[in-house]
Amino acid sequence: MRLLTHNMLSSNIKGVVNGFPLRIEAEKVIHKEVDLNPDFLRNIFSKIEWRALSDAARSLGYAELPEEAEESMLDSDEFLGKFHHALLEIHLEEGALVCPETGRKFSVSKGIPNMLLHEDEV
Amino acid sequence: MKLKQLESLLGNLQQFSNPKVELEQYPTGPHIASRMLYMAENSYGDVTEKVVADFGCGCGTLGAAAALMGAEQVFGIDVDSESLEMATANAEDLELDIEFVQCDIRNLGWRGSSVDTVVMNPPFGTRRKGADMEFLCAALKIASGAVYSLHKTSTRDHIKRAALRDFGAKTAEVLCELRFDVPQLYKFHKKKEVDVAVDLWRFEPKD
Repeated sequence: MRLLTHNMLSSNIKGVVNGFPLRIEAEKVIHKEVDLNPDFLRNIFSKIEWRALSDAARSLGYAELPEEAEESMLDSDEFLGKFHHALLEIHLEEGALVCPETGRKFSVSKGIPNMLLHEDEV
Repeated sequence: MKLKQLESLLGNLQQFSNPKVELEQYPTGPHIASRMLYMAENSYGDVTEKVVADFGCGCGTLGAAAALMGAEQVFGIDVDSESLEMATANAEDLELDIEFVQCDIRNLGWRGSSVDTVVMNPPFGTRRKGADMEFLCAALKIASGAVYSLHKTSTRDHIKRAALRDFGAKTAEVLCELRFDVPQLYKFHKKKEVDVAVDLWRFEPKD
């Protein structure tokens, strides 16, 4: 699971008001290199909750992202490289996503988060 | 990518070995999947360099087709873990980077407007009434650009009304009518192969 995906998912348990961002518990993290596409990064930037991304990256051992970011930073190749790496190349392979309100854990196995709810959570 | 090439690549994908009737798991054949994504890109520019989500992805055929057509990021979402395993293997075979999430579409917690296009071959709602509508409703909430979906031609008026009136779609258009070959997968199928008329729809969510 890429951090891009983490940035979109929220806990949808009945009664939870703010299920985003999910806290990450990592057991296994892998890195997969992919080509950098500056246009895509510039496009997606405005849709990313930056603080959630930089915190998630840090919790997985990548502390290179600034705590805050603004659009003008996209002109820097160095910044793009770090943004690209955090968003698309770091994968949570095994672990869990934790609902920030209830502490309920959603397991991540073979890179796939299991967001299925129990009957009493719907 | 040419249509023929797309269809032939999709033809190599594994399909359900034990389809689950309660989920109405019918494979989306390479013929339909390739035409759906080819049209989405070449007539509307809804795929290349876009973020595409495949709802109820099953073995991942539509998502793979989107990735092959140059989608920048593809998400495949399904409730069934066996389907996701197969979809993962299919994506790996084609060397495609697809992100999978296990979730019931009805309870999907998805933030923001990152997904441009949703493509889906939802359950037709013949086994569990309304399943097709739940997919459509969720897709129109999450897509910011367009939704492509297959529905039985016999439900055309109903789909149009629900999309425009209940789910707030700005447009709802049938792009073409296709024949969906449902092979004899389940015991309750009496005939060897059933030919179902389906519409390929394109919806635009409201701004």
